[in-house]
Amino acid sequence: MTTKLFGEPVRRREDLRLITGRGRYTDDIGHGALAAAFVRSPYAHARILDIDVDAALDVEGVVAVYTYEDLYGPMAEPLPVLIPHPQLTAPRTGYPLARDVVQHVGEAVVMVVATDRYVAEDVCDRIAVSYEELPVVVGVDAAREAVHSVHSDVPDNVAARHHQETGDVEAALAASAHTLSFTQYIERSACMPMEGKGVHAVWNHDDSSLRVHTSTQASTSVRAAIAAKLQLSLEKVEVVAPDVGGGFGVKIVHPWPEELLVPMAAMALGQPVHWAEDRREHFISSAHEREQRQEITVGYDDEGRVTALDVRGWHDNGAYTPYGIIVPIVTATQLVGPYAIPVYRVRIDSVYTNTVIVTPYRGAGRPQGCYAMERTMDRIAQDLGLDRAEVRRRNLIQPDQFPYDHHLTFQDGRPVIYDSGNYEGLLDKLVALVGWDRAEERRAEAAARGKQLGIGMAMYVEGTGPGPYEGGHVQVLGSGKVLVSTGLTSQGQGHETAFAQIVASELGVPIEDIEVVTGDTRRFGYAVGTFASRAAVMSGNAIALAARGVRAKALRIAADVLEADVDDLEIDEGVVQVKGTPGASIPLRTVAVLSNPLRYAFDEAARQATQFAGPGDDSKPPVAVGDAPGLEHVDYYSPIRSTFASGAHAAVVEIDPTTWEIDVVDYAVVHDCGNIVNPMIVEGQVHGGVAQGVGGALYERMAYDADGQLQNASFMDFLMPYASEVPDVVIDHQETPSPLNPLGLKGAGEAGVIPGTACIASAIEDAVGRRIAAMPISPTELYDLVRNPDAERVPAATTGVPA
Amino acid sequence: MSTPVQTERAITVTVNGVPRETTVPVRRLLSDALRHDLQLTGTHVGCEHGVCGACTVLVDGTPVRSCLVLAVQVDGKEVTTVEGLARDDGRGGEILHPVQEAFRECHALQCGFCTPGFLMTMAAGLEARDTSADITEEEVDEIVGGNLCRCTGYANIKKACRHAAGLMKEAGQ
Repeated sequence: MTTKLFGEPVRRREDLRLITGRGRYTDDIGHGALAAAFVRSPYAHARILDIDVDAALDVEGVVAVYTYEDLYGPMAEPLPVLIPHPQLTAPRTGYPLARDVVQHVGEAVVMVVATDRYVAEDVCDRIAVSYEELPVVVGVDAAREAVHSVHSDVPDNVAARHHQETGDVEAALAASAHTLSFTQYIERSACMPMEGKGVHAVWNHDDSSLRVHTSTQASTSVRAAIAAKLQLSLEKVEVVAPDVGGGFGVKIVHPWPEELLVPMAAMALGQPVHWAEDRREHFISSAHEREQRQEITVGYDDEGRVTALDVRGWHDNGAYTPYGIIVPIVTATQLVGPYAIPVYRVRIDSVYTNTVIVTPYRGAGRPQGCYAMERTMDRIAQDLGLDRAEVRRRNLIQPDQFPYDHHLTFQDGRPVIYDSGNYEGLLDKLVALVGWDRAEERRAEAAARGKQLGIGMAMYVEGTGPGPYEGGHVQVLGSGKVLVSTGLTSQGQGHETAFAQIVASELGVPIEDIEVVTGDTRRFGYAVGTFASRAAVMSGNAIALAARGVRAKALRIAADVLEADVDDLEIDEGVVQVKGTPGASIPLRTVAVLSNPLRYAFDEAARQATQFAGPGDDSKPPVAVGDAPGLEHVDYYSPIRSTFASGAHAAVVEIDPTTWEIDVVDYAVVHDCGNIVNPMIVEGQVHGGVAQGVGGALYERMAYDADGQLQNASFMDFLMPYASEVPDVVIDHQETPSPLNPLGLKGAGEAGVIPGTACIASAIEDAVGRRIAAMPISPTELYDLVRNPDAERVPAATTGVPA
Repeated sequence: MSTPVQTERAITVTVNGVPRETTVPVRRLLSDALRHDLQLTGTHVGCEHGVCGACTVLVDGTPVRSCLVLAVQVDGKEVTTVEGLARDDGRGGEILHPVQEAFRECHALQCGFCTPGFLMTMAAGLEARDTSADITEEEVDEIVGGNLCRCTGYANIKKACRHAAGLMKEAGQ
């Protein structure tokens, strides 16, 4: 009997090549190609006066130098606004190479192509660009004040005013027994995949076709962008995402300028051209995320139940808005989390600054929303002298309230209707898992060791698996191999394994016979991409549907051959058999051969198949009307709306009152992503997310100075967690299947990162008794906070810390 | 301004047991020489300033960040990259190093980009210790503590380190 692999911790099929050095990332491809390098703006805001390339042209090995003046047709136009929105009233995007004005340090101004990267960088060093500096806008507060403008035709620096409301919030606040207001900040971090971006382009002059390898999360969309911008027919462009060394969001943006410029150069020069982003380039020219200012007013009753919530936010979108206002929309709509909020209004202004663009980083606005909502819950608890877990419990949406309609519009333009969930179940599990009720005991024990201990929690709901669609192709070959492909890409999520598990379970074949390909437009042309925790939900279900189509066809052909009823057949270990009748069987590989009436006996499988081939019916065509040769099927999954995963995290911190070092000593996660395809992979995703959550809470920030210079654009200065900074994580699962899709899946990719900042802020506040209103927080900032006599104190009764 | 002249030098280096002769510009990083001249692309470059550890290789058995070493500096030395970590089984196959086995068993990799650096560092770290002794948490922290990974949160890398130490202890018994 074929082992049912769905739900099992199957070891990853990707791993062997990756642990032996046989993975192929973009920079591993195309030895001997010409190398591209870029001259990037050293100023945050400046007018380009002149570009002098004379000295550069003497360098031996220089092949070509491109500036904006060398761009033609669609390449000379601004880059696309990928996701327009009616509230994005002043969208602005840059050009592939800067035209006239640069808007952030790192914006590409000149592309050099040379015989190798070293030479290309020599050439870059000899290109003299003169600039006239312009006033710089850094940070949401400066953007709001609008003393200076980023874009001269957007004087208030406001790209969009996002606004949603579910009722008359001001009346509801006025009618509330209690209200409180507070302001808080969250700073910038970034995805920082270990592999930067990279592009390798080969132009085939003989058939006028272009093949591009790029480290992307959306190869089909890069393909369409290249075709449009370089004025090629779509079928003449192939885009492949090979092994990709992490993405976390930054590689969903498309097209990055380099994804157009490198192919453009390959076409113009008739030679392969290659570009690998270096780490400094990644810091100053790829995307960041997270910075927001939030002003929150909440109304609540004597029991701590929220009666009204009003959020005013400012979101720093950087210099341009190629990805629209997805991040602030996600913040606005996911902020309400697992709670029933009777009246909610959110207004977030998305503002321009002279900094790197802001596009989704794992969580994509949710960590900020969670930070707003969860810190609100803490404040209500503190104000009323209630336990923080209890206040949350009183506000949770109840299991019998699903589907629950928040009357908001999500990032996909669809209503925010939670499909299923059990939030009280999450909270119960979390309280038990972290030992919430033992906090005072532990606080006393830590105090005896000279440490200040605090505990915090945060809950979240995550809309996952947004549409519009993904597709899957499943094909059984005469060899017995099962080829599976889907268009979305992989950056380490284990799709080859998870999708193979799904096919093995649906089709009844050994997993060893299955080969999965993702992100290769040669194999599957229609796809959306890997973001928003959507791969398992979208492609997983599409592939399951495709496998079911193959199964149905296999059973139909086998029923004919075995003279049995379809309903009496099963597929097990790659063999179609009549249930309970040993010997009445046919291998699936033979069915595959039979499915094609053209059977030259190239191989043993075809020769064997002839024994099953009955005499043809002369009255019918060899391929019936409506049928097709081959044992394969393509199907698509297109959901009516997103499915909503959920979870709850708790952190226990210990603070050393001499160094103010913040040590996360315990971290507990309860996680619900519906049915789980592979629990080993899901836990891995949670572990990685938590590490990024801890990084965002305690270490990572983009330190821009007032001139818009990023002061910490290296791994020396931008502090990402090493193993020593990441706590041990304990995980408990709850499985509340989604009723929206055939496999009952919800997304799992981003969950781990969402509540990190909120729950660690809560724990630190609990430990030191001072309001934490800006995250991340460093030991120095914590030291300054506790020494500041004006720092707002948390009511002592709720923390046990003397005021 | 005159055209810069690239000074080149011929070097002989034993890579994964095979003597290789190549001529490299003196400014060429070992990481680039391995990846682009010798086409051993298993060694990855994550930061090019010696912090992330993805490019770690062994030079005469010692872990070295190949982005901080010039190729000419390894003239006459032995370099081991991730491609040389598994042993030939003599029948056209390979026997994985215990750290490779452990990474696969413990789901210690996701995107796999940092993995070669961890594998080389861990292999050297575990081979340098008394493999008959049980590994301590302090040793695990020391071995995995210097490399960056953005995917795994390190829990399974630490687990793999313990697992590999166990495999090596068993093998020695």
